[in-house]
Amino acid sequence: MQSASGQHNAAHPPVWPLYRALVGVGLVCGLLIVSVFVLTGPVIARNEAEALQRAVFQVLPGAVAKASFELGPDGSFHPADQGSAPQGTVHAGYDTDGHLVGVAIEAQGMGYQDTIRLLYGYAPQSQAIIGMEVLSSKETPGLGDKIEKDPAFRANFRALDVSIAADGRSLQRPVEAVKSGSKTLSSQIDGITGATISSKAIAAILRQSSAQWVPLVYRLQDELEGERKGEGQINGGG
Amino acid sequence: MNNDSLWTIFLNASLVNNFVLAYFLGICPFLGVSGKLATATRMGGAVCFVMLVSSVCAYGIHRLLVAIDAPYLQLISYIVVIASTVQLVEMFIKKMSPALFRALGIFLPLITTNCAILGLALFQTNKGYDLVQSIVYALGAGSGFTLALVLMAGIREKLELATVPDMVQGTALTLMIAGILSLAFMGFAGVGA
Amino acid sequence: MAGADRNAAGAMSTDDFIKGLWRENPVFVQVLGMCPVLAVTNSAINALAMGLATTFVLVLSNTLVATLRHFIPRQVRIATFILIIATFVTVVDYLIQAISLDLHRALGAFISLIVVNCLILGRAEAFASKNTVARSVLDGLGMGVGFTFALLCLGGAREIFGSGSLFGVSLFPAAYQPWIVMILPSGGFFTLALWLLLFNHFKLRRQARESVVPEVTR
Repeated sequence: MQSASGQHNAAHPPVWPLYRALVGVGLVCGLLIVSVFVLTGPVIARNEAEALQRAVFQVLPGAVAKASFELGPDGSFHPADQGSAPQGTVHAGYDTDGHLVGVAIEAQGMGYQDTIRLLYGYAPQSQAIIGMEVLSSKETPGLGDKIEKDPAFRANFRALDVSIAADGRSLQRPVEAVKSGSKTLSSQIDGITGATISSKAIAAILRQSSAQWVPLVYRLQDELEGERKGEGQINGGG
Repeated sequence: MNNDSLWTIFLNASLVNNFVLAYFLGICPFLGVSGKLATATRMGGAVCFVMLVSSVCAYGIHRLLVAIDAPYLQLISYIVVIASTVQLVEMFIKKMSPALFRALGIFLPLITTNCAILGLALFQTNKGYDLVQSIVYALGAGSGFTLALVLMAGIREKLELATVPDMVQGTALTLMIAGILSLAFMGFAGVGA
Repeated sequence: MAGADRNAAGAMSTDDFIKGLWRENPVFVQVLGMCPVLAVTNSAINALAMGLATTFVLVLSNTLVATLRHFIPRQVRIATFILIIATFVTVVDYLIQAISLDLHRALGAFISLIVVNCLILGRAEAFASKNTVARSVLDGLGMGVGFTFALLCLGGAREIFGSGSLFGVSLFPAAYQPWIVMILPSGGFFTLALWLLLFNHFKLRRQARESVVPEVTR
């Protein structure tokens, strides 16, 4: 079968085996990828939910249950499903009595070396940020990465004042970083000596995110309290 | 969506987080092609071009995959697009300038396995850049890569005239120089922040 | 060596596995796959994970390529190899995400970058496309283990000096000031340069010895 066509095909190799190989291999590969994707999907989703929950409970001390909300186009909060984009989602934390402890908000921005992603907890009752965790950063090891571990730096975020101004739309005093030890106002962050830019980056990220979210959450905090009763125990134990 | 300014993105990609000296992408051509200044500049130019085209294509593919909800096809589609782009660039150079094509030789097809190109596509997707930001990022990465390559080529050309101990010759020496260059580039950290 | 002659016929031999460990070590001898070698070796556990992931992809892609070697025409072989490798890299990416999100975040995009590791494409082209499945598996295992070994050399050295620990276990007393440079990118370059220097030294010494006493041993 091949000899006659073999002569003819010296200049142009037969195309059918090429297509057959590519398509065949493509199908096998596609099958492999899709099966692994389907098999690992639930496990990965569970891992991510657990990691998020751990982080939320860390920035909202006293919270034992959480529920996620996203900002709808009508300007109010609706319960969010698992796969929503993190940027428009906030996570509300509730204590054992079901009262709202605070809201965990994710934010990111440019640090010294690369992007820093963090999660901070805002408590509307005390109008303060009550916790902050760095989710991911690539700051200089031994210097900039102190923002993750330095206990004095982390103490800044136990009661960082973010009170709303009289107009209800902006903050009274925007969050800012100052030289280590010279903090006078409760809306200031004591920077880390030797990691000035990283500290300023954290302040900048918080300043921008709180200016955007804090007035909103403060205004709509009753919605978040009310939604919890509807949610029941769905997110309670998980 | 990412809020970084275009200038920050460019400076970050070319200097602060130089693809070769900070992210270790594109080491194979970096070690292989940096012997002569002339080849280094041309390789850098070719990589710049491929990066630009791949970046735009990667952005398009990412939007498409998000629309059809098939994120698991990301890697395969990126690598296929990169391989095709390199093929096109090869044919283009062959037609436009046969001399350049001969000078680059085997290195042109090797751009396909250049981690820098795939790394660029993956990083820009992870950072959530839009189209304009992606193009600026590709330009920055390409110029940073060319800069590192040209610096290394200049140094190595000078070193050919120097006496080097047998033990250190070859890749070991190049890596040491790369280490010093990387240390020097760390001075750029914080620029544009 | 008698074993090497038998290999030509396609028979399996332990040499297929052993050569990847030392004589044809992918990192120190062939200088392939450098990008992940430098990037993810800032700690021993990352190095180990990366080495295992690469070995996984290498063995599986060698297997599939060897299985399909008569089915893939010459003209499209590189394209199909890349398709196969990309598939297994995607698979290992999802597996690592399922096993440990922290590890996945530490390794980052470099898991996906395994696909452009010249080592895997090189083995598919040079060996798996021309040999039986069994031998290709051995070859993949050998190269993978050799690669992991090289990564561990680097990761271990960088972690010991850069963090004062190994696999997270603190080795030095608290007063030890770690050499931060080792965890930084430049540290990666320097460490690899020093390992290569060591290898070169032994190679040169062996060459000098062999050229001096060829008559006595034969």
